[in-house]
Amino acid sequence: MEEPITHLAYALDTFYFLVMGALVMWMAAGFAMLEAGLVRAKNTAEILTKNVALYSIACIMYMLIGYGIMYPAGGNGIIPDISWSFMFMDATGDHAVDAVLASDGETYYSGLADFFFQVVFVATAMSIVSGAVAERMKLWAFLLFAVVMTGFIYPVQGYWKWGGGWLDALGFNDFAGSGIVHLCGASAALAGVLLLGARKGKYGKDGSINAIPGANLPLATLGTFILWLGWFGFNGGSELKVSNIEEANAVAGVFVNTNMAAAGGLVLALITARLLFGKADLTMALNGALAGLVAITAEPLTPTPLAATLIGGVGGVIVVFAILSLDKLRIDDPVGAISVHGVVGMWGLMAVPITNADATFGAQAIGLVTILAWVFITAFITWLLIKLIMGIRVSEEEEYEGVDVGECGLEAYPEFVGTRGAGK
Amino acid sequence: MKLIAAIIKPFKLDDVREALADIGVSGITVIEVKGFGRQKGHTELYRGAEYVVDFLPKIKVEIAVDDPLVDQVIEAITNAARTGKIGDGKIFVTDVDQVIRIRTGETGPDAL
Repeated sequence: MEEPITHLAYALDTFYFLVMGALVMWMAAGFAMLEAGLVRAKNTAEILTKNVALYSIACIMYMLIGYGIMYPAGGNGIIPDISWSFMFMDATGDHAVDAVLASDGETYYSGLADFFFQVVFVATAMSIVSGAVAERMKLWAFLLFAVVMTGFIYPVQGYWKWGGGWLDALGFNDFAGSGIVHLCGASAALAGVLLLGARKGKYGKDGSINAIPGANLPLATLGTFILWLGWFGFNGGSELKVSNIEEANAVAGVFVNTNMAAAGGLVLALITARLLFGKADLTMALNGALAGLVAITAEPLTPTPLAATLIGGVGGVIVVFAILSLDKLRIDDPVGAISVHGVVGMWGLMAVPITNADATFGAQAIGLVTILAWVFITAFITWLLIKLIMGIRVSEEEEYEGVDVGECGLEAYPEFVGTRGAGK
Repeated sequence: MKLIAAIIKPFKLDDVREALADIGVSGITVIEVKGFGRQKGHTELYRGAEYVVDFLPKIKVEIAVDDPLVDQVIEAITNAARTGKIGDGKIFVTDVDQVIRIRTGETGPDAL
């Protein structure tokens, strides 16, 4: 390639990574709004605090060590040779012009952009956990878990596939992370929820399952649409290149399929809810859209738009039944995170060979089981240690009063607040 | 006829409602209120500034019952709503001069 075109292509691909990364960052707002809408008013400020804090912790831990584990200096495919250099790398340490030109297209975008694109994925995986443990977990216990998850648990399994480790060598396919991000987050969430227990009043002694409605469905809907938009970055960016005709077409295909899968998921979830409950349950529809997105995330490139719609649609049907089943098992998940990201994440992984001839059901299954086992076990141990050290559940009284007051000292929807201070 | 108003802790609503249903009370009005008795509020911090939240969220349950049922209702509500901790609430019993069912025009105990 001529030199000016190399400059332009590098700039375009770097720009692409940065903008797609920024879209994925926007998903953090989506999760925050979705979760804030589905919890009760008295627990809203705390879950918002959790969301902003976990995003920030993820960025810092990934910068310090996570990135160096996931994209290490070397390694044997299972254990990475951790790289510690990223935290010291500024823009002058990024790829030099001569090196880029000499690489003949191998080095085609900024290293800092690579980090930026990757760090927002860690944050996404971590934020899946916050919804499942909502309304009864101690804030600081959760943040402590976030440190371990983003600094160690996620990066190791990320290394095994995207970092070029043994799952990658095995032929395991996960385009944008149905497994590495979504199943990972859901597995950690499941481990936490099992140790945490259900919210008070959710399950009756007589076996009844009680509804605990969310306080703000407009926020939940807004959050879903924000996630939908952000997902174009999540899947679109994972094509990892846009600067030639083939890649540009591929990216366009990924955008189209991502959108179709969400639409298919939403419609089929809505229909399923209507058939099962007689009503159009908005919250199921929202979960359905997200399920569709999760389902297509493992392979948004090879399907046709029709196939993508169906893959997402199947995800939408699965998620409704998964939500009902988890409640029957008395596993309390206030926002359906484990169902959307875990159960449908597994469907997404296994659906890859349907449209991708290079994938095999065997390799997909091995990847699925590996991620599930690694994350669940390490997360369980981490949650258990935190539980033993400081406890993970708030007191009964705090749960009744609402964690906003207990953990944050303020209310999301304050009323009757006097103007005078405490010194009266 | 009497109007029984009970101020209870919000999470006790389902228990109270079930207890009332068990003794045959079928109508109930529920209002979200804030208030305090002897239960003091707490101090919170908003961006470094302290403020006092005196008014605690409660639920007010109102039931109109015929005289013979009053003692039973009081007992049912008390047992269901009590936690033993401060802030359990109070029950007020007042006379009702007249009750009318809007749909049919029935009055008095027939309207309860």
